Amino acid sequence: MLSAIGTGVTIAALLGAVFVVITGMLGGFRQSESLARLARGGVYFVLVCMTIAMITMETALLTHDFSVDYVSHVGSRETPSYYTAISLWSSLDGSILFWGWILAAYAALVAFVNRHRNERLMPFVNATMMLVGVFFFGLMVGPASPFGLVSPAPANGPGPNPLLQNHPLMGLHPPMLYFGYVGLTVPFAFSIAALLSGKLDDSWIRATRRWTIAPWAFLSVGIVAGAWWSYEVLGWGGYWAWDPVENASFLPWLTATAFLHSVMVQERRGMMKTWNLSLVIGTFLLTLFGTFLTRSGILDSVHAFTEGVIGPIFLAFIAFLAVTSLALIAWRSDRLHAPGSLDGVVSRESAFIMNNLLFAAFTFTVLLGTTFPLVVEAFNGQRISVGPPYFNMVTAPLGLALLFLMGVGPALPWRRTSAENMKRVFWLPVAIGLGVFVIAWVAGIRRVYPLVTFAFAGFVMTTIFEEFRKGVRARQRISGTGPVQALGQLLRRSHRRYGGYIVHAGIVVIVVALSISAAWRFEREATLDVGERLQIGDYGVQLERVWGDQEPQRFVVGSSFSIWDGDRQIGTMEPRMNYYPASEQPIATPAVRSNPREDLYLTLMAFDNQQGAYATVRAIVNPGVPWLWVGGMIIAIGAVLSILPGPKRTRPTNVMTLHEQLEEPEPAPEELEAVPA
Amino acid sequence: MAVKARRAWMGLGLLAIAGAVTLLIAGGLKENVVFFLTPSELEAKGASVYDRPVRLGGQVVPESKTWDAQTRDLRFMVTDGTVEIPVHSVGAPPAMFEEGIGVVVEGRLGSDGVFQSDNVMVKHSNEYKPPHEDKTPAKMFESLVEREE
Repeated sequence: MLSAIGTGVTIAALLGAVFVVITGMLGGFRQSESLARLARGGVYFVLVCMTIAMITMETALLTHDFSVDYVSHVGSRETPSYYTAISLWSSLDGSILFWGWILAAYAALVAFVNRHRNERLMPFVNATMMLVGVFFFGLMVGPASPFGLVSPAPANGPGPNPLLQNHPLMGLHPPMLYFGYVGLTVPFAFSIAALLSGKLDDSWIRATRRWTIAPWAFLSVGIVAGAWWSYEVLGWGGYWAWDPVENASFLPWLTATAFLHSVMVQERRGMMKTWNLSLVIGTFLLTLFGTFLTRSGILDSVHAFTEGVIGPIFLAFIAFLAVTSLALIAWRSDRLHAPGSLDGVVSRESAFIMNNLLFAAFTFTVLLGTTFPLVVEAFNGQRISVGPPYFNMVTAPLGLALLFLMGVGPALPWRRTSAENMKRVFWLPVAIGLGVFVIAWVAGIRRVYPLVTFAFAGFVMTTIFEEFRKGVRARQRISGTGPVQALGQLLRRSHRRYGGYIVHAGIVVIVVALSISAAWRFEREATLDVGERLQIGDYGVQLERVWGDQEPQRFVVGSSFSIWDGDRQIGTMEPRMNYYPASEQPIATPAVRSNPREDLYLTLMAFDNQQGAYATVRAIVNPGVPWLWVGGMIIAIGAVLSILPGPKRTRPTNVMTLHEQLEEPEPAPEELEAVPA
Repeated sequence: MAVKARRAWMGLGLLAIAGAVTLLIAGGLKENVVFFLTPSELEAKGASVYDRPVRLGGQVVPESKTWDAQTRDLRFMVTDGTVEIPVHSVGAPPAMFEEGIGVVVEGRLGSDGVFQSDNVMVKHSNEYKPPHEDKTPAKMFESLVEREE
């Protein structure tokens, strides 16, 4: 029953998507209002179908209807309901269903928000969104069908991949990534629409501003949540291994970040048009490439839990989109001439260009390291891998340069600046940066990377603080309110700009935390008898007992440790090994104890499986790590602030020059947009 | 400054950065490419891979494993059917480590012919096979559960 409903609505969604592609393209080229309306209606229809499909699948999962193919693969009666509900994305077919639903939701939302706007672009946008939809819905109808009928239905199933049912963060990490990945289809669709319609002014960029920041924020949270999940589940005490699949999520993040910056240059100075189009298209292709890496099983990694025919189809689709996009850009090259040009070597736009260059280099580095083994194997059959040292070695200087620019860019004016102005703006941040360096040196730090990172972080944080201070002061002068109210006004009125600075602050927190944890992490491993204590740093770790417990969906071997600070017991920790029936290998479940300074991280490595008289434990002191998650939250807050709708207002058109005379921070482009043309 | 001069400056800067990045990448790759070798390949390469990072893949030779829980000293042989390479590492073997199982060990071949490993990974298939009836964890670790009473 459920199988039939699901299959029916996915076929309907596929047909609906094909309908939108045809009507949208025709409507766009003929500039036909009625065809455009049909396309829009088709998008809504697809969302309805996909929503029914989602509900059907969730119902099947939660009611353990093992006659549905996907449920028979990932469901089990013993799995707790939470993990059953989220097992929607624990395997390929369900992920694609979820992906398709998110795509339909984004498409419908974009169509609805723009129903009276961007008339030239929207038919093409709808068609492009649904062209991608045709691909995913096609997968669902064909090779990755989640709704196939299993007859006779088995009485029970194996449950989801053990790694994916071992931690609640699995409910956050994949959906965040998907909302990010799929959301980046929207700016892609707008860029294709701009190319197809020939309307290559800034309208596509203004229309997609929020549609880029929101997926970017989802992607950021998804990446941090993934690092956190890996830290809490994989038991090696790290959070980032430059695993190809981690890289796959990081690559589009890098190019999307570059785009968020370069787009401002186009808005303000009319430069970098072709570059921006290429970045958006490249970002989207990288999301597809990431899905390909994750889902095709081409790489031997913990994430690549499926194999099959999906790989070649994905590659063909990526190649098709890449070639088409390039051809479109070439076709429209006469309209992509930039009216603006660079006025000064030291200016905000040149800082942004530098930023983009570094992000491009960063992307290239990661992409090369990720694909190099595949290329080498394809050419001479030699199997190699590129280890984390490569990535760390090459990306660390690039990251530091970007960190430095983060302090320079926002403080530089557009167009050009004078030596006088530079001195005035930068003396304090530079002084504080140097001060941090000296303090760190005196504190005995001699490692180059932490020293430089701390100094740059001090520099950047000071420029961010100065931006806020200047903004608040200017607002106080204008409205005559107290500083707190002025700050509130500032955040409301120029939310994009100051939201961006908050994101920057979050990045600084993460970079500092990364540098601390990389430099000062230490670990000890020991086999302890019950009652024996291992000293690591300030912590005494004493084995109390080893125990076993049968839980409904798994068997647990746990070890209890008391944690001591000298003679004082400060807590207990229980690292475990979880044995799931579906897997021959246990899933280590480390125990983490956090304070603002550091984490104490225990992993159970081995145990006496007869008497429980001893256990081997790996203890890691991970300084700075808790701040990674804090940094991720700060980024989320800043990003949300920058996409919130700003206050509506009507103001004279010369508002910008007025602002510049008053030396108030420039208005965010939202403000400019609100001005009637 | 004239537009041309500015362009030239920017161009020069970009070129310098691109050059630096290329050098970094080339150097990074050269030093950090890890070869994935079978025991036969490792033996054939011999001295040319002494002290170079290598991933060695093969099966654990039955009855070759010695593991001392107290010193955490682990020794075993890895084979591909023709050549056997002795492996030494310090640290607990992974949970599923048993004789005959496929492993990937990361480390370096010493000039004494012993492979010094700093990471031993069990190669498990993605196909899930339910464990044999009396090899379920509940059976194997029964005594641990009773201890809890």
